[in-house]
Order: sequence, then structure tokens, then C-alpha cells
Amino acid sequence: MTTEGPIRRTPIRLFALGRDYPRVAAAAALVLLLFLIAAVAPLISPHDPLAISPDDSYLRPLSPGHPLGTDDLGRDLMSRILWGARASLPVAFVAVAVGLVAGGIIGLISGYAGGLSDLLLMRFVDALLAFPGLILAIAIVAALGPGLRNAMIAIGIVAIPVYARLIRAVVLQLKQLEFVTATRSLGATPLRLIVGHVIPNLLNPVIVQVSLSAGFAILAEATLSFLGLGAQLPTPDWGQMINSGAGFLNNDPWLAIIPGAAISVTVFSFNWLGDALRDALDPRLRA
Amino acid sequence: MDARLLELEDVHTQLTLREGVVRAVDGVSFHVDAGETLGIVGESGSGKSMTALSIMRLLPRSGRIIGGSIRFKGRELRDLAEAEMEALRGTDIAMIFQDPMTSLNPVYRTGWQVGEPLRIHRHVKTAASIAAAVALFKKVGIPEPEKRATQYPHMFSGGMRQRAMIAMGLSTGPSLLIADEPTTALDVTIQAQILDLLRHLNREFGTATILITHNLGVVAGMCDRVIVMYAGRIVEEGRTEDVFANPEHPYTWSLLRSIPRLDAEVRGRLQPIEGSPPDMAHLPEGCKFRTRCSFAIDRCATEEPELRQVRSQLTRCWVTQGGVSLESQSDLD
Amino acid sequence: MTTYVLRRLLLMLPVAFLVTVGVFLLIHLTPGDPALILLGEDRSPQAIAQIHQQLGLDKPLYVQYVIWLGRIAHGDLGRSITTHQPVGTAIAERLPATVELGLAALFWSLIVAIPLGTIAAVRRGSIADQIATGISVGGVSIPNFFIGIVLIFVLSVTWRLFPFGGYVAFTKDPFENLRHIVLPAIALGTAGTAINMRFTRSSMIEVLNNDYIRTAMAKGASWRRVVFIHALKNALIPVVTIVGLQIGGIIEGAVVTETVFTWPGVGRLAVESIFNRDYTVVQGIVLLAAFSYMVANLLVDLVYGWLDPRISYS
Repeated sequence: MTTEGPIRRTPIRLFALGRDYPRVAAAAALVLLLFLIAAVAPLISPHDPLAISPDDSYLRPLSPGHPLGTDDLGRDLMSRILWGARASLPVAFVAVAVGLVAGGIIGLISGYAGGLSDLLLMRFVDALLAFPGLILAIAIVAALGPGLRNAMIAIGIVAIPVYARLIRAVVLQLKQLEFVTATRSLGATPLRLIVGHVIPNLLNPVIVQVSLSAGFAILAEATLSFLGLGAQLPTPDWGQMINSGAGFLNNDPWLAIIPGAAISVTVFSFNWLGDALRDALDPRLRA
Repeated sequence: MDARLLELEDVHTQLTLREGVVRAVDGVSFHVDAGETLGIVGESGSGKSMTALSIMRLLPRSGRIIGGSIRFKGRELRDLAEAEMEALRGTDIAMIFQDPMTSLNPVYRTGWQVGEPLRIHRHVKTAASIAAAVALFKKVGIPEPEKRATQYPHMFSGGMRQRAMIAMGLSTGPSLLIADEPTTALDVTIQAQILDLLRHLNREFGTATILITHNLGVVAGMCDRVIVMYAGRIVEEGRTEDVFANPEHPYTWSLLRSIPRLDAEVRGRLQPIEGSPPDMAHLPEGCKFRTRCSFAIDRCATEEPELRQVRSQLTRCWVTQGGVSLESQSDLD
Repeated sequence: MTTYVLRRLLLMLPVAFLVTVGVFLLIHLTPGDPALILLGEDRSPQAIAQIHQQLGLDKPLYVQYVIWLGRIAHGDLGRSITTHQPVGTAIAERLPATVELGLAALFWSLIVAIPLGTIAAVRRGSIADQIATGISVGGVSIPNFFIGIVLIFVLSVTWRLFPFGGYVAFTKDPFENLRHIVLPAIALGTAGTAINMRFTRSSMIEVLNNDYIRTAMAKGASWRRVVFIHALKNALIPVVTIVGLQIGGIIEGAVVTETVFTWPGVGRLAVESIFNRDYTVVQGIVLLAAFSYMVANLLVDLVYGWLDPRISYS
């Protein structure tokens, strides 16, 4: 039993965090920008991403009317890239949400109830962890059938163990603290404890993990799409564009390189945010 | 006159911490003669460890010596290149540290580690160095030395580990041994054994010893002279028996009163020192001990006293420099 | 030490069991009736029922599972639906190529990561450190198939230094073998390099903060001695953990890299089989991937325990 005093009860002030740690602000701005692009892509795309125009195929970047050029079917690359964000980002969002909610529930029950439920649930989580992430996602998509929706589910399932373990660990840690016992003896119901104490303490590690998971989810979605298991033609998707573009490296390398850069920048910004948050929230670095 | 073994003159060491720049060692001067034992006493944060680390030039990344002179056998240590300093460390000046549990490398066998100074400085072969370690183990009183030398540190008890550290320090026959709180992490009974060992080795090999501790009691049986440090400065210096009999600084005086002593007359309750250790980033004006001192006069708040001779010691206190005797004062309580 | 091993093995059993259940369910819940694939023209109910009976698909699910598990335990992974080759053989044919690629990737990754991580730790905050950290974040952000494609573009298509795919057995022509493995190994290894470098760095920084480092310096050890003898051995122990996991995860990384470089390994076989709906093969590979990962996890724990004297001698 430890006698550490009450840990923070108020959720972190996001703006204060951004103000004190410029890296967090910069990374968060980048992430928000990406979400913004995905949201307004239909409004700012110069062309319809699906519009085929054989006369205009293989145009180089910086051609008039096509800032990033066109692909083998004359589709505008810039529009397809912008719309590609609408495939990747929602997948990341949903997948992380699935992992967080499902994993969180498992972790909460496991940590709080302990005993047999803990044992069984954790074995289940371990079994999920026994599969290398991508293999599991591929297997699930193979079973359910290719497509973005199934990719979301698959990646979400892959994300479950991380959150289950994380939340379970926090719950276990809190259970040990004397003030939890004290509060319980004062008649607080489990729900109150969860809302009042568990959740605020979960925010820090969860926010960091969510950022990093989002990065992984985008990579996973890109990989699945690259393999043909994710977004299906003609939906514009970065991974899938690299797949098609790979065949044209001789004539027009940009078809593969630009979507690749898009993926890298997106994943990087989430990873950067996660790292910056982790450093900012590290209790050891505080005065 | 021959150069003293070790001579510090007005040494200033600063530490750059989150709270600001701290003068961990603030104008410290003292000397150690060959073969003698000097005790340095103070609370945590008094600067005693930093002084030792300054001598060895093993300050942490945040620390820097910014002034003064440190002369060992006449050589100015601050002028030495790193390689020359390395040649001195572990050979002529050795240092042992407080926590033997964490001070030994967990992935190498003890005999190998203890024999390392010999391999580094005397180019002894590994097997020979381990054999030497075994002999040293015998000298410091570790039973079954051959077996112990092949073991890893975690299999040693705390007292044995400290003995191993001492063996390591003495392996090359240094002229000076600095022991930074060698007994603090040990059981009381083991403490006495280790101190005995150090005293014994000091007599047998004539190694000068600086014993750093926060515990005045440790100093009593062991050291010829003692220095008391507070807030990075020396506040009292003198022969051990003199300081114990007639402390000339209120801090020393309070320290003595807070130790239970069998030989003292019953004077009533033990008196802990009021207040808490100073905030090194925000030291008060005037005498740094003023806020915790029972004898403070007006002058203490405005002017910082200098280190001056009062009777048989050096002390940094307006009150005693003004002729008052602390012992007689306390009788009036 | 032996109790430690036994305990870990015991804990592994229920997980292994759940893994087999998971793989079984995944494959058998796949929409699509294998009978329809096999039959082609004659789709009469009797023909379908007959195939079902042949494949044992008419029995209840749990019975099918037990039968399947029994076969697996005897090493019978079934036959490929497309080629009728035993799955075990198909995998065994391709596995060496994957292992070779995986080890090459790991080798290159460690050669870069450990020195870079050490330097970054020793010279914290310096330019070298910042570059190293930048590489490590970049390395995990760039998809490895993209790295592969860029490498192909620059080094194969533009400067014809390396071939853009394919495989030559080491026994046939060692030089060509190496020439073919360079690009895929780099592509596959980059993410690992980033991770290993980061980990080495943080492990090294933590080790350098320990008291025994100060003791070593007090003994007059030079910086080189302190870093390479005293610190490194301690710092690398946790690194062994992630390296072991990377070995266990070889198949996972290989899937994409082998596709890009048409490397004849197990990963490419998996992708091809998915598109051919050759589920027995997919099942076999997934099982293999999961079990090798689990075993790698176990071995890594054991090796860690063996490397750290505090654990192995207690």
C-alpha cells in the first residue's frame, strides 16, 4: 500500500499544455491541419478525384490545372491526395476508438474485479497480442473481406490489447492507493470512483497512446490498402495509390512518391504529437 | 615546508538546477596532511559531497568548478588534462561512495571489478588482478575471499559490499582516500565494523582519509580533525576533541546536543535543530544559519561572518567571535 | 531459474490454446463456401453435400476444431486448395528465404542502431543526438513498402546498382544473392533501426545515470572504458528483448517487403494465398507467425533472465 497523496483530479488543461510546450502545440497544429484537409477536401480539390481523362494522363507536377500532375488515367493527383486523407484519417479515428473503448472496458473490468475475470480477460488479451499486429489485421480482413470498413474493424481489434493493458495497469495502481480505500469506506460507489478518480488519471497515458496508435493505424491502413485489402478502387487512397504507382516508376515516379510522402507526413505528425505529449506529461520531468 | 598532501583554497563550485544556479561549494578552503584523517560533517545539501566530487573532478553534468585552487601533492588539479586526472583517480586518490548496492556494476563479478584499478593503472593481467582482489578481500575482512571474488555484487550483503568497495579503493595504495558517507546505508552494527576497518587501514597503510558524513558520532572515534559545513561554507574547523568539547559554532553545538551520548551528563531532553535545511537557491542575508540559531544577534541578520580563529578552532560566527562561549550559554537554559 | 522457465511455459499454454481457437474461427467464419470454389460447374445440392462431407464440414464446429487441432498437433496443416501441395511443405519451401531476409534486415539494423544510439546517449543534446532522434521518428513514420519503392526507384531504376527484385540462392551465387538482398533488407530493417536506436539510446542514458558508472570513473577509467565495458553490457540487456521480438515478428514485416521486391518468401505466399482464397495456406502461415512470435517472447524472457546475473543467480 502506498500513501501517495491524491493524484490530479482535474483533467489536463490542453491549452495550457500547448502554451507551455511548443512542441505539443506545433504537433497538434499539424494534426489538426490534416484533419481539416480531410474535412474540406471536397471543397478545395481542383478536380473530381474519380474523373478519368485519358488525354491528360501522365502529366508532370506543376502542370497547369494539375498542381501535382495526373496519373495513368488522367485523374488529378492533387485531388486524389486530398481525398485520400478522407480514407485514412477516419479509419485511424474509428480504429483507435474501437481499440480504446473495447480495450478500455476490458481493462476496467479486469483491473477492478480482479481474480478470475482478470485472469481470463488477460489471457484473451495475451492471445490477441500473440499475433503480430499486421498479421492479425490481414487475417481479419482476409476473413471478413477486403474494404475500408473491415480494415477499420481489423485495426481496431489489433489496438485492443494496448488499451486493455494500459487501463488495467492504471486501475491496479489506483486500487493500491489508500485514498481509494478511504473513499470507498465513505460510501462512494464504483461508478463514482471510476468517473471521479480513475478517468482523470487515465487521461495522461491514454492521450499519449491515442496519438501513437493513430500513427500506427494510418500505417496499417496504408499497408492493407497497398496489399489490396483495404480501400478498393476507385476510392482514392494513399496506400492503394502507391500500389498502382509502383508499376510506373520508370515513366512517372511521382505517382508513387507523392502518396508515400503524404502517408509519411501524416504518420509522422501523429507520432510527433504522441512523443511531445509523452515528454510534456512525464511526471519525472516536473518540478 | 613540504607541500601538504591536499590543499583547497577558496574553491567555488556551482550547480545549475531547475530552481536556478546554486553555489554548492562557496569559498571552501582546507588542507589534509599525509596520513591524517579529516572528517567533513554537514546535512544534505551542505556541499560536503560536492566538495569531494570537485576534488575528484567528477561533478555531474550540471556542476562546474568556477573558482579557487585544489592542489594535490603540489599539483594544481584544475589544470590537469582529463587523461592526467584519470591517471590520478583510482591510483593516488581513491573515492568510495555511499550506497554499495548501486555503486557496484551488477553484470561483472566482484573480483573482476575490485581488480580493475590494477588493470587500468598498473597494467596487471586479469588473472593477476583477480588474485590481488582476493588478497584484498582478506585484508578487509571478507570471509571466503576466493569464492566471493567470483560472485556478482548482488550476492553480497551491504557490509560486505562496502568492504569490497574499500578494497577496490585501496588496491593501488593511494595517498588519499575519500569516503563519502560510507556507512550511511548500512545497519548500525555494520557501521561500526566498517569504521573500525577504515581506522585500522588508515593506521596500517598511512592513507590519509577524508570521511564525509552527516553524523557527528561517526567522526568521534575516527578523525583527527573535523570540518563542519553548512550551506556550502565551512562554519567550523578544528581538532576533533576540541570541537566536541567546546563547539564554537551554534550549528555544531546543536548537532552535538542532538546526539545521545552515553558519557554526557543528563541534561534534559535531546534538542533537535529547529527549522529545516536551507534552500540553496534562496539563501538569507547575513549568516546563513541565522534562521535556525538560538544565539543569533542583530549583526547576524545583516553581515555574513568570516571564518576566524576562536580559541582552538576556526569558526564563522559573530557570537563566538565576540568572545561568548556556547557551552556556558547553554547552562543558562 | 528453472521455476521461472516452467512458470512462463505454463502461462503460455492457455494463450496458445486461445490462439489456435482464434485462427480456426477466423478461417472458418470466412464468408464463402469452399465447396463452391472447388466444384465449379456442377453445383447441385448433392455435390455440395458430398464435398462438405469429404471436408468434414458437415460436423458441428467444435468437433471440426478438435479434428483440426489434432491434425495440427501431428504437423498436418492440410493441403493448399489451389495447388494441393501440403501446406507444411509449401511453407517450408519459402521459409528460408524469409528468414534470410529477416536476419539480413536485423543485422543491418543493429549495425546502425547500436552505435548511433550509443553516440546519441553519450552526446546527449548534441547535433548527433538530434539527428539520431530525427531518424528514429522518421524511420517509424515512413511505411516500409514506400521505403522499398523509393530505394528501387533511386538505386535500381535510376542508378542501376541493384536489381529491383527477385532472389538468387546463396548456394548458387553468393554475390548475386547478396546483391539481391541489400535493398529489401534495408527497406525491411529501417523501422527496426529506428526502434532499436531509440531504445539503445534511452537504455544507455538510464545506465549512465547509475552510481556504478560514477564508481568506474572514480577508478580512473577512461570514457571509452566506461561506455564500452561498464555501460554497454548493462544497456544492451533490454535491447536484446526488442531484438528478440523483431526476430519473432519476421513474417509480419516480410509480408509487404516480399511483395514489393518479389521475394519468394512466406510473406508473399500469404498475400497470394489470400487473393487466391487459399485459406488453408493462410491459416498455416498465420499459425506459424503467431507461434513464432509467442516462442520468441518466451525465449526473450529466458535470455534476459540468463543475461542479467541478478536474475539468473537467484
